[in-house]
Amino acid sequence: MAATDKPPVTGTGSTALDGLLTWVDQRFPLISSWKAHLAEYYAPKNFNFWYYFGGLAMLVLAIQIVTGIFLTMNYKPDSNLAFASVEYIMREVPGGWIIRYMHSTGASAFFVCVYLHMFRALLYGSYRRPRELIWIFGVLVYLLLMGEAFFGYLLPWGQMSYWGAQVIINLFSAIPLIGPDLSLWIRGDYVISDATLNRFFALHVIALPLALLGLVMAHLLALHEVGSNNPDGIEIKEKKDARGVPLDGIPFHPYYTVKDILGVVVFLIVFVVIVFFAPEMGGYFLEYNNFVPADPLQTPAHIAPVWYFTPYYSILRAVPPLFNSQFPGVVAMGVSVMVLFVLPWLDRGAVKSIRYRGAHFKVALTAFVIVFLVLGYLGTEPITVWGQFGSWLGNADRATVVSRICTLVYFAFFVLMPWYTKVDKTKPEPDRVTH
Amino acid sequence: MKKLIAALRLTRANIVLSSAVLIGSPAVMASEGGVRMDTAPINQTDVASLQSGARTFANYCLNCHSASLMRWNRLMELGLSESQIKDNLMFGSDKVGDLMSVSMSRKEAKQAFGAAPPDLSVTARARGADWLYSYLRGFYRDPARPTGWNNAVYENVGMPNPLWQLQGERVRVEQAAKGGDGADSAHGAAHKSFKYEMVKPGSLTPVQFDETVRDLVNFLVYLAEPAATSRRQIGTLVLLFLLALWPLVYLLKREYWKDVH
Amino acid sequence: MSDDKQVNNTRRNLVIATCAAGGAAGVAGALPFAASWMPSERAKAGGAPVVADISALEPGQIMTVEWRSKPVWIVRRTKEMLEGMPRAEGKLSDPGSDVPMQPEYAKNEFRSIKPEVLVLVGICTHLGCSPQSKPAEDKAEMGADWTGGFLCPCHGSKFDLAGRVYKGAPAPVNLEVPQHIYLSDTRILIGEDKKGA
Repeated sequence: MAATDKPPVTGTGSTALDGLLTWVDQRFPLISSWKAHLAEYYAPKNFNFWYYFGGLAMLVLAIQIVTGIFLTMNYKPDSNLAFASVEYIMREVPGGWIIRYMHSTGASAFFVCVYLHMFRALLYGSYRRPRELIWIFGVLVYLLLMGEAFFGYLLPWGQMSYWGAQVIINLFSAIPLIGPDLSLWIRGDYVISDATLNRFFALHVIALPLALLGLVMAHLLALHEVGSNNPDGIEIKEKKDARGVPLDGIPFHPYYTVKDILGVVVFLIVFVVIVFFAPEMGGYFLEYNNFVPADPLQTPAHIAPVWYFTPYYSILRAVPPLFNSQFPGVVAMGVSVMVLFVLPWLDRGAVKSIRYRGAHFKVALTAFVIVFLVLGYLGTEPITVWGQFGSWLGNADRATVVSRICTLVYFAFFVLMPWYTKVDKTKPEPDRVTH
Repeated sequence: MKKLIAALRLTRANIVLSSAVLIGSPAVMASEGGVRMDTAPINQTDVASLQSGARTFANYCLNCHSASLMRWNRLMELGLSESQIKDNLMFGSDKVGDLMSVSMSRKEAKQAFGAAPPDLSVTARARGADWLYSYLRGFYRDPARPTGWNNAVYENVGMPNPLWQLQGERVRVEQAAKGGDGADSAHGAAHKSFKYEMVKPGSLTPVQFDETVRDLVNFLVYLAEPAATSRRQIGTLVLLFLLALWPLVYLLKREYWKDVH
Repeated sequence: MSDDKQVNNTRRNLVIATCAAGGAAGVAGALPFAASWMPSERAKAGGAPVVADISALEPGQIMTVEWRSKPVWIVRRTKEMLEGMPRAEGKLSDPGSDVPMQPEYAKNEFRSIKPEVLVLVGICTHLGCSPQSKPAEDKAEMGADWTGGFLCPCHGSKFDLAGRVYKGAPAPVNLEVPQHIYLSDTRILIGEDKKGA
């Protein structure tokens, strides 16, 4: 008998439902969770466009899990059967093509939402104290998401699947001493093979999704512990009313549940247009070469990773071989992602939000966005895409030179941040939130 | 006004996305090595064209190529009955519910041609309609090749002209390079220009041949994604529903947010 | 006061409308997933009818063809077999084939379209084992008044030469006669009644 001091649940409009919820609440933190995370979680009232993407990312995670489960019911993780099983889903399983296109579009949508979500953090300083751990969990989610996408991409067993995996795993062999053995261990064979496919299938279907779910929960718990940031970068908990409710706070439910529903509908409109009218997205979401079954004996003329990896791929390509090794390039690529972890400690600015930062930060962030997009674009193309300079620059590929400059700017954004955020002439932050 | 701005902001992601597409599609679909592609006049709702293309495919392609991801009875959605499929398109003892495989084994094919003819089920998605349309019309006689045929789009291809009886036999003649002064050698070399001369006419006129290939490519596009037409139809309904739902959820949001501010 | 009521009504109506639309969207969204469990084209093709060629089937012989992963027996019954069948009728549970384990055209004393050719699904109606053929001569095992038929090795159910179940057997009903049609004197299409293409 669970005798507690908790008051019974009332107000649902039905005594039966009240009774049921009371019974559950006496045995499970139902009402306290509802209050802490929804009805009495006070979020700043000035959330704008940039604040939709965290919730949308969660929606896409749910879409990927559900569509993924149904794909697994018909997909065959065998190198002889995989390609045909995907077409079997597309042609012979009733509704299979919808499920497949939702999953492929969802993968790209996931990265769009996550990149815009991370950009919000850069705009408003959401990674700053006391939210460093939220940011760290978030970067871990981002890393795992990249792994999830990488493992998943091998599964259709097309030419890009095969050769993309081959190239990326061969990067590990550039690591001194342990490299080749490490690549062999990852592959489970001397080349990408059925062994690799099977283990990537297990990682993609269950291992990483479980880890992702756990990290997303940790990310949300850390957020709710501290409370959300806002576009002005000020702490709403510093000004509370007599009941302890932040003056600029509104309960997440119903205000942000209702606003997020609107965001979901608009997102779904875009999503549906892509799924039903342009699922290939010009070859960016479903690459044309992946409609050719994997052929270990024929390398495609042009191997490029999927668009969401291309900025880092460009950085890898930009670093020339040093000391007869491609390893420095691999390190540069790794550092370019890992540097995100230390961002909270690089930013020495007096204010959090770009609204009150000075020219230094604005220029730096603008430059960062530009180089990220340029690097991203170049990564989708062969390195010869912009032709060559004349002999005065050694006939170097223009794209290589631009990539190198962009890579330097990319790292400068982080490396110089302790300096330029400190000398930045900031404006005074407001007392209360603005819109 | 605020609503308009809000609506526009929500489409910012759209703009980011569409600019990515406009900048340029990945390399594979672009012209190969500078070969200019003719635009294939594809119409997936032209059932007569698709039926004609299916017949050409069965008669000229299925001897060597398979389409083993497609079932014969799916062709009923092109308006053909089971008996029409069995009588006009299928040769051999396959059942109409079978997959469209080929009788030549891959080993035999490799011995005959050097490489096994690839399965064509999704080739139109890998190569694109324009490439296929240009390729199938791009054969010419070349005594230097083991098959006696070469192709303007796919140089030194291992496949002979499957439609030579329809197109006829033509040879390729190199014309003098355009822009005579040869100042920019790099550009001049890339833009050779060719002329084709019909040496032995086929059973179709050039216009008829183009139409036959158009129908064949139309069919190949259908073969690569048979669900495409219903995809667009269902998508229209889903989109209309969501576009109707949008103002409703907007009103709901606005109603609650009257409390705030 | 009335303003509040107005607001509440608007709010309530919008919530109801949104929930209804959302519910409809949810159901519509679930449809492709539920549909994906329906038999795929591959499964349906596997269930297609099969043609049995009985030109080489001698009198007294049984041939087996596979249909929907089940064994289907085709027996060319001899005159002796057909004459012996009525003697067993007293010992059968359902001699008149009242339980619909056969199509209408097989609801007769021979349970077939042509008396000399029997088509049966060779799966015991008890728990699914495949019975063995026991000719009339096998009196040592089957008893002195055995007129020929089948014995299921799993739990001992006995069936006569028309697939009718003996009394006292665990099997409740006669063996199933599948839909079938003669494409010609020597070719039977099993699994379908109508001459589809």
